[in-house]
Amino acid sequence: MNQIQDILRTMEYGPAPEEDAHVRAWLKRQGGSFGHFIGGRFTKPETRSFKVFNPSTGEEIGEVAEGTENDVDKAVKAATLAFAKWSALSGNERARHLYALARSVQKHARFLAVLETIDNGKPIRETRDLDIPLVARHFYHHAGWAELRDEQFPGHAPAGVCGQIIPWNFPLLMLSWKVAPALAAGCTVVLKPAEHTPLTALAFAEICNEAGLPAGVFNVVNGGGETGAAMVAHPGFAKIAFTGSTEIGRAIRRQTAGTGKKLSLELGGKSPFIVFADADLDAAVEGVVDAIWFNQGEVCCAGSRALVQEGVAERFYGKLRQRMEKLRVGDPLDKSTDIGAVVAPVQIEAITAKVEAGVKEGAALWQPSWAKEVSGRPGCFYPPSLFTGVSPASPLAQEEIFGPVLVAMTFRTPGEAVQLANNSRYGLAASIWSQNLDTAFDAARQVKSGVVWINSTNLFDGAVGFGGYKESGFGREGGREGMHEYLAQAWLKKAKPTRIAPPLEAPLPAGEDLPGGGRALDRTIKLYIGGKQARPDSGYSYPIYDHAGKIVTEAGYGNRKDIRNAVEAARKAEGWSGMTGHARAQVLYFLAENLELRTDEFAARLRQATGASPAQARKEVATSVARIMYYAAWADKYDGAVRGPQPRMLSLALPEPFEVVGISCPDDAPLISFLSLTLPAIAMGNRVVVTPSPRQPLAACDLYQVLDTSDVPPGVVNIVTGDRDQLASVIARHDDVAAHWYFGSAEGSAMVERESAGNLKLTWVNNGKARDWHDPKEGQGEEFLFKATRIKSIWTPFGV
Amino acid sequence: MNVKTDHAGMANARPAAENGLVPVHAAIRRNEGMALEPSLFEAMDVNLSAAERRAATLTTRRSVKKAWQAAWLVRAIECMDLTTLAGDDTPGRVERLCAKAKHPLRDDIVEALGLSGHRLHTGAVCVYPAMVPVAVKALEGSGIPVASVATGFPAGLTPLPQRLAEIRYAVGEGAAEIDIVVTRAHVLTGDWQALYDEVRQMREACGEAHLKAILATGELKTLTNVYKASMVAMMAGADFIKTSTGMEAVNATLPVSLVMVRAIRAYLEASGYRIGFKPAGGIRAAKDALAWLILMKEELGRDWMAPELFRLGASSLLGDIERQIEHFVTGRYSSADRHGLA
Repeated sequence: MNQIQDILRTMEYGPAPEEDAHVRAWLKRQGGSFGHFIGGRFTKPETRSFKVFNPSTGEEIGEVAEGTENDVDKAVKAATLAFAKWSALSGNERARHLYALARSVQKHARFLAVLETIDNGKPIRETRDLDIPLVARHFYHHAGWAELRDEQFPGHAPAGVCGQIIPWNFPLLMLSWKVAPALAAGCTVVLKPAEHTPLTALAFAEICNEAGLPAGVFNVVNGGGETGAAMVAHPGFAKIAFTGSTEIGRAIRRQTAGTGKKLSLELGGKSPFIVFADADLDAAVEGVVDAIWFNQGEVCCAGSRALVQEGVAERFYGKLRQRMEKLRVGDPLDKSTDIGAVVAPVQIEAITAKVEAGVKEGAALWQPSWAKEVSGRPGCFYPPSLFTGVSPASPLAQEEIFGPVLVAMTFRTPGEAVQLANNSRYGLAASIWSQNLDTAFDAARQVKSGVVWINSTNLFDGAVGFGGYKESGFGREGGREGMHEYLAQAWLKKAKPTRIAPPLEAPLPAGEDLPGGGRALDRTIKLYIGGKQARPDSGYSYPIYDHAGKIVTEAGYGNRKDIRNAVEAARKAEGWSGMTGHARAQVLYFLAENLELRTDEFAARLRQATGASPAQARKEVATSVARIMYYAAWADKYDGAVRGPQPRMLSLALPEPFEVVGISCPDDAPLISFLSLTLPAIAMGNRVVVTPSPRQPLAACDLYQVLDTSDVPPGVVNIVTGDRDQLASVIARHDDVAAHWYFGSAEGSAMVERESAGNLKLTWVNNGKARDWHDPKEGQGEEFLFKATRIKSIWTPFGV
Repeated sequence: MNVKTDHAGMANARPAAENGLVPVHAAIRRNEGMALEPSLFEAMDVNLSAAERRAATLTTRRSVKKAWQAAWLVRAIECMDLTTLAGDDTPGRVERLCAKAKHPLRDDIVEALGLSGHRLHTGAVCVYPAMVPVAVKALEGSGIPVASVATGFPAGLTPLPQRLAEIRYAVGEGAAEIDIVVTRAHVLTGDWQALYDEVRQMREACGEAHLKAILATGELKTLTNVYKASMVAMMAGADFIKTSTGMEAVNATLPVSLVMVRAIRAYLEASGYRIGFKPAGGIRAAKDALAWLILMKEELGRDWMAPELFRLGASSLLGDIERQIEHFVTGRYSSADRHGLA
């Protein structure tokens, strides 16, 4: 029987290989070895190098120079040199460059797609239809931000020279997510591509030259972990951006602590894929395919944890298994391949180990009938796999597998779905399937993740911010919110060091006469926790002096247990986060009203503390009242954005509160600094644990009664007096605190950043720099609201 | 019934291909229908965006090239209901169409494909009832069934007795397949019982002839309507469900087809009957034919890539397929005038 007759019998697809001759020719042109790209030129590869393989065949496709400290230093110098000119270009001029890059990527789209597939192992369908078009889209979008930067971000300056470290799962796409916003903001870049997949970054470097990007604006240093560490350590960077594992992210957080470098981290995930009983199950099955069998499951935001409503679970699993039989694993260059090669043998080993551990533990593993053929073939291939009956406590449900492995469990009620979804250290993405938008939105708002896809999954766009909650990192890539990662307040560059008050004296009786002692009724300054005044757990008090050094009273010497109690009280006050902005505004206006009523009392307190003149003191109270009103005004207005990244798609950029925020107040301006930090946080729906100025806490403590009389619910504002840095270290190490603002010394800033690495809470520290709290430019504004919220992107397709 | 077991059983029961190119399957057990069971479809709510996404990526996830493409296009010819449904149809026109149905590819191309000696012909010829006698005569001995539209095609708003009489007429004249149209109003108003009763009576009127239920999906508008109408038509005994008359503003689309084949899968699970699918209207390019074959393979499987369970309703598709196959054979791009007209 001839071939046509054979095919008519089997109706198989047959091979459909993408032509790779041009890319082979390009690899040959490079002579098999690649240097770094520094100052617009490729360096000659020297002694240290590493090999790059095609994971689908094991074939070596190049040898790449491994960057040393010296190479990093040269690249930073080139980027620094280029920064002056590049950052001084007009927005329009930078926009032209970014536009040229977008166009050049499109011109070389297939070349880049094929090269990426050869280097990474992902199917050509994905590089051709998703990776590369999204790369171009990202540069187009950010050409626009370059144009609009000065108008849209007044008072901001480019962060400076940026060090960017990207992973191997979406090599060129992650490059674009990092490079495009940096260049748009006016920054210059040193990029380190992943060791497994450096080639498209080097091809992009060639494209930069072709497109006329000024030398030194974009630099590449190749290498692995050591090179990355050298980058992170280099003092020439103003900003480090990292995408990769949570463990490395944690290390980078510690390493950069106290250096003043801006940091954004996009880390791991174990993202829930929630299927409600009323979902279009066939649609959800395809959703799973796009979630976990996309890019071999090597996707940080992969919907890897299926939560299926119990009543439809078996039916859903049945459909899923049928669908899995139809998936095609194999040659990534074949146009009919769904799942290509895993990036490297070491990753196959990691996946295999986790799957075997899961089987040993007793979870039910299912693979398609042809799975053995896949495991048996040469190259790095792994069959699509499904675990059902997985318990939330299992490592399968908690740890990222980063392979084509879905773990599934059931839930009974919508509430339980959310509970299970949030039962994770991670919080990158969630996919929610229900034909009832009430159900879907209810879950979308409650799920703790930076991205939510309703009835869809793994959608990306340059205009829509992407990034995590919790240990999935912080910072956003894409959209307006992403631009902030590469901009800094212009005034900050000239900020002077703040004056740090000497450490507190021992919390012992002062041995001096307390004013009114024995004559007036003693007033004990306690802590304020859960709406009640509480004695410090330590049982110690410390003396508070006036501006002239005379003892005024004693305040509670808070310790770690007081912080613990305060965080618990804040955790319980979740009603505040669910209130409308209008309702919160009403409380804040009432607070302003009540503070104004007590102007005389607070002015007197300020005079006592700071030695201000009567007029100055009254003015500070007036400014404080105005500041409260300012955030009351914002409470129902900082409400995010709506974008339309696709036809019939609304993408909401919702600023959500962190919930529990720790605030360590500076020494100076004891009332206005306290309010300037506390008000934006609570206006946006956070509950706060605040340590007021250690030496001058009384103005804050006087607020207890004002808070009580203004209907601020118990637990929304918790105040613990005592030593700032001691208490800050407890806050920074508390895993139930999602953000920590610290305004104290440089050393304290470093400590907070370092200790925050435990749960990767977002930190905002002053690095020992002073801020004029009275000046609205420095003491209030959108900067505070931005810091008080994190953007959740909710993708909502619609149509009938 | 378990779908997978059923498929496996079929594969074992399938004897080797004989003279024809289409493997002779164990006979498809004819759909006897079932009682109207709204619980099997009433809760269904099809997500449009997800359906569109799946449809759009069917042809980007799969590619059929070279010999495989040529073979698949041969299969598309075998699954084609070569159609003429125009007011100016004459016996001469229908005879010409039948001649093309019997001889869809030039002999030298057939030979180059290695298919000489096999009976290569289209799946059926599809005409208006008045043309059935002409077509039956023209196709005598060819093994090609005559399909007739009926029931007041295309709007279906003729009184029911007349519509049923039309079926009986066409069957009486020798039509082996009847493409009926449903009353869209029944779907648009959610009167499933009325829809069920109507199709049931039409099925009875068909007798031995197979019934293809045209849903006119372009007028049902929502995919959820399409799904529910598909289920009701199958429950009432349709042998095939078909997208369109070719006369609606929107004809066969992949998202609509996706929803219909998923309904076929659901009905198979509920009843054990395998129902055929026929997209029709607007399918003009060879690559469209490949797209629908990919859909059938992915969502239903190999059995739905044969004329027993898959038909493409088309009047001008064949010309493009001939040109693409000739390109495979000669390596040169072909022109329309090198292939015989229908």
